[in-house]
Amino acid sequence: MAEHEETKLVPLPATNFVPERDVDKQPILEARNLGIDFGGLTAVDSFNFAVSPTEIAGLIGPNGAGKTTVFNLLSKVYQPTRGTILLGGSDTMGMTTVQVNRAGVARTFQNIRLFNNLSVEDNIKLGLHNHIKYGMASGILRLPNYWKQEKEARERVGELLSIFGMEHMTQHRAGSLPYGAQRRLEIIRALATGPKVLLLDEPAAGMNPSETAELMENIVKVRDTFQIAIVLIEHDMNLVMGICEGICVLNFGKIIAKGTPSDIQNNPVVIEAYLGRKKEDADDA
Amino acid sequence: MRKLQKHTVNGIFTYALVIVAFVAVQWLIRSGNISSTLRGQLVPICAYVVMAVSLNLTVGVLGELSLGHASFMSVGAFSGVVACMSLSAAIPSDPLRLVVGMAIGAVCAGAAGFLIGIPVLRLNGDYLAIVTLAFGEIIKNLINCLTVGLDSRGLRFGFLKSADALNLGEGGKVIINGPMGISGIPKLSTFTAGFILILVTLFIVMNLVNSRAGRAIMALRDNRIAAESVGIPVTKYKLMAFVTSAALAGSAGTLYAMNFSTIVATKFNFNTSILILVYVVLGGLGNIWGSVIAAVVLTILPEMLRGFNDYRMLIYAIVLIIVMLTTNNARIKSIPAWVRSKLRKGGASNG
Repeated sequence: MAEHEETKLVPLPATNFVPERDVDKQPILEARNLGIDFGGLTAVDSFNFAVSPTEIAGLIGPNGAGKTTVFNLLSKVYQPTRGTILLGGSDTMGMTTVQVNRAGVARTFQNIRLFNNLSVEDNIKLGLHNHIKYGMASGILRLPNYWKQEKEARERVGELLSIFGMEHMTQHRAGSLPYGAQRRLEIIRALATGPKVLLLDEPAAGMNPSETAELMENIVKVRDTFQIAIVLIEHDMNLVMGICEGICVLNFGKIIAKGTPSDIQNNPVVIEAYLGRKKEDADDA
Repeated sequence: MRKLQKHTVNGIFTYALVIVAFVAVQWLIRSGNISSTLRGQLVPICAYVVMAVSLNLTVGVLGELSLGHASFMSVGAFSGVVACMSLSAAIPSDPLRLVVGMAIGAVCAGAAGFLIGIPVLRLNGDYLAIVTLAFGEIIKNLINCLTVGLDSRGLRFGFLKSADALNLGEGGKVIINGPMGISGIPKLSTFTAGFILILVTLFIVMNLVNSRAGRAIMALRDNRIAAESVGIPVTKYKLMAFVTSAALAGSAGTLYAMNFSTIVATKFNFNTSILILVYVVLGGLGNIWGSVIAAVVLTILPEMLRGFNDYRMLIYAIVLIIVMLTTNNARIKSIPAWVRSKLRKGGASNG
């Protein structure tokens, strides 16, 4: 009599949390068992994560934990080795960065990636690229549609810039802007694409405390005005603990803790990941 | 609005530059104050200006290096001339026939650009330079092996055969005769035609650059990853810029070829490609009027230096080096700003 081997059952969706107000809604972005290997190195493994449609979520962890890799997976800069990414409930398998952007994922980059030689206005118009609808011929021949669409785009650029108080910088060259303004411009450009989820990779890096405080207000304002989900990677704990509703802590490519800011602050595993163990504890182990 | 004005000012300056130059040259021709060598150079200069402006679209605006721009000129030259010579009965009007020839040259060169672009522009890196370099050699050798004749049954094509093998019927004539190229080309190109082609090229390139598509092309140059992240399809816009550039080069090729009685494929070799690249680099990458001036000056310069005979190319090289050094020198670059500030101060004290 051959022994029957029992199939192992795993929970799905695994241990995901969303704010209570969105409990009935489909998560806008959900990662299930996501993982990627670079050769023999597993950079991210069994990453389970859900973001509800209007949540501000934080992704934190020590340097090299794989936070940016997760963003690169979510925005399809890398294709995952394992697991699924659901965007509004539908699988994004095989999609390119361009396709997921059109489906509603916009992002910023840790090392700012602006179109440095173009003006602030042109940078945002490039964010609006898929919302400006006229072809190459109308552009060359300057048909009426060109003037109409460009005028609308210019108005939209003005509106978006005014959220961050940058209206006076419309004609500046993006590469010549001060650092903080470049970070804000990158966020505006991502917003211009009309996303459902905005991924911000270290938005406060290099900002002084007053700029950071203003950025926090602006992030909340963006969420409230556009009713979108925001996921941010950040090392500035004041910002993360101040505005994030759900936080996910990553270390060595794996999630070590999830929860509200107060849960995370008091979680011994998180404290250990950031600060290391006390000496006597280490000796015990 | 200031940037918009800057675009417009740049555009008006470029058009004005070309128009003023055209009027001045016309005036010189009328008054007879122009040397016959320079007069013979007018149409080639126009063709080189179009070549430089169109290459600037690939190298300066798109940021991809192309080392075979002369090959598109070659495709345009041979297809345009064949079209013009075979349509001589159907279209009696010379200017109209030239326009049709240029259009056919542009379409053929654009199609060649499209075929090369599809595989190569999907890659990131310097692959376009490698492939266009090879394409230049391939086109040259292909046309050297090609024979085309025209008789009452229409166009006859032969490959690696002598012109006799075309079996042309009564009254047939050979158009492309292998390595001997095309001879007996009717001289349809005029300086005015060249001038109009330059205006059309400037109109297409400058309007393209200042539109949605042009922004996307420049975004790819500045930061490809960021462009993808805002939903700009990379290959589509790379192809758009490259094919437009190739098509304009094709029409310049037709203009160029219709100025001479004989044209051979070896004229459009690697040296010609590099020469055009030199115009673009010296005129400034992405700077349209810079390309226009560089193409004109560097085409006239070797002729002006004929008096120096043996030292001609030496002086040409020295001029190139000096231009490159001075345009990259911060102290010399600051001179215009310094002059402007002096003028403004002067104006302020006067007012």
